[in-house]
Amino acid sequence: MARHRFAALLLAGTLAACGSGKEQSQYGPDPRLPGQQASLLPDMSIAKPTGWGNALPKVPAGYTITPLATGLKIPRQMIVMPNGDVLVAEGTGASAPPLRPKDLIAGMIKARGKSDVKGGNRISLLRDADGDGRAELKTVLLSGLDAPYGLAFVNGALFVANQGELLRYPYLVGQTRITAPGTKVTDLPSQINHHWTKALAASPDGAKLYVGIGSNSNITERGMAAEVDRAMVWEIDAATGAHRPFATGLRNPTALTFQPGTGQLWTTVNERDELGPDLVPDYVTSVREGAFYGWPYSYWGQHVDPRAQPQDPKKVAAAIAPDYALGSHVAALGLAFSSPAMGPQFGDGLFVGMHGSWNRKVFSGYKVVFVRFVGGKPTGQPIDFVTGFLDGDKARGRPVGVALDPRGALLVADDLSNTVWRIAPATPLAPAAPATPPPAG
Amino acid sequence: MATMITYREALNPLHAILLAFPVALFTGNVVSDWAYLATAQIQWSNFSAWLNAFGLVFGGVLLAWALVSAVLRPRGWRGGRGLHLGALVVMWVFGFLNALLHGRDAWYSVTASGMILSLITALAALAAGWTGFRGYPRKETL
Repeated sequence: MARHRFAALLLAGTLAACGSGKEQSQYGPDPRLPGQQASLLPDMSIAKPTGWGNALPKVPAGYTITPLATGLKIPRQMIVMPNGDVLVAEGTGASAPPLRPKDLIAGMIKARGKSDVKGGNRISLLRDADGDGRAELKTVLLSGLDAPYGLAFVNGALFVANQGELLRYPYLVGQTRITAPGTKVTDLPSQINHHWTKALAASPDGAKLYVGIGSNSNITERGMAAEVDRAMVWEIDAATGAHRPFATGLRNPTALTFQPGTGQLWTTVNERDELGPDLVPDYVTSVREGAFYGWPYSYWGQHVDPRAQPQDPKKVAAAIAPDYALGSHVAALGLAFSSPAMGPQFGDGLFVGMHGSWNRKVFSGYKVVFVRFVGGKPTGQPIDFVTGFLDGDKARGRPVGVALDPRGALLVADDLSNTVWRIAPATPLAPAAPATPPPAG
Repeated sequence: MATMITYREALNPLHAILLAFPVALFTGNVVSDWAYLATAQIQWSNFSAWLNAFGLVFGGVLLAWALVSAVLRPRGWRGGRGLHLGALVVMWVFGFLNALLHGRDAWYSVTASGMILSLITALAALAAGWTGFRGYPRKETL
């Protein structure tokens, strides 16, 4: 039965893709990459915000969705504590200063698709003790932060990645307010901060921390010098703060997480804009130590981007292609490995939160998809898991971070309606508790 | 016996000051575009984008001035007044296209196309300056 429903879902997805002629077919390890387009004006569509009213995001049959918490202040990334408490980082980075006339105009256009709530610069704690999918307790765990984004909990310490520094706080599970001052682990690159988010994940043994640092531009239009220490993942020693580039050429690695049971780091990356509606696909990939993923010189391996000057053929030759394309301009911002507690269809793979496009006439993203894994590798087409964020040409919500509650639920932060959604199987499955709680990210 | 003389009327000083800007800004744009293509230093492209943007602002005021004057003084198109208006139109249209092109990122903010647009815009600005600063002919009977 479940299998039939799965097949129907796949078929429906395929038909939709064929019927409209506008959807993308840029999935998987070898996406179709059309030629580059450079028009005088980039394609743009901004989905203006609208409320949910009585509507809810759509989830597959057999799953329920509830707002775990509403009224947040720009929720971005989350972690789930061993006792089920959900910590939510809320904030908005300082916009990079406008450098050209274009920056002023583009900023005004993109702002039309965003919430006008001011970022909270805080971490909220949400507790749903009775398991009804709504948090009875919502407290401010930490305030006065500076655009917090990445969170990790390791051995009694909460790590918070502000837009300019990595902080450590002593933290006991169950604590609802942190008053102790944070200790700085290390500064993070924050000059200009065009892409300000600092994604964070801890290695399974807790010894190393990984921080995603986005590029300082779309494609080096702020100069090569602005890109020192950008577009890469840092490996940071949790004890000393010593750091080194772990992988480079990753334009904007917006989420990081470890694959349970393997010790393999994964990331999702937002690729470059203004080469056309179907370039360049955003992706998820395992992060290979020391690897160079192309930005700014090339994309998807050796496809040269002529906008990055002076060019560097040696770097292009060294660039490797990522593992799995998600489609262009989807703006993947959330990444979480599933577990069997999510049910057989969605038990093995990655959930990906997609904030949604601006650089396309026809919207892409604005949903949470599931990328199924077989044998530890992504396979097939992404499957829609949470949709309904678009209402015609307006947006009710925009997904950001996703996190797995090991008891059997997916949490989705929505920074447009300022909600955290909780999606769970309608009939809870027999608890298949993982040996270790999935790492947060 | 009445004597007919023809003379060129000096520009209104405010008009002249406004006209000085696009002449300087759009020709400067050509130089900074050339510098960017020669060095790939992005700051030159940034200079171009701003020179061009302010050229459009002043050029827009001048264009409006010329159009209003065309309505208020429908006669007397000989001696370069029509050329002046035409040059302003060409300057503004190509300058606007150039603004879009310079709004693209990194190398695509200039390229050969941007350089050509900058040259056309600058030549039109020089033509507008030449035809404008020369003044328009007036006839008067002494």
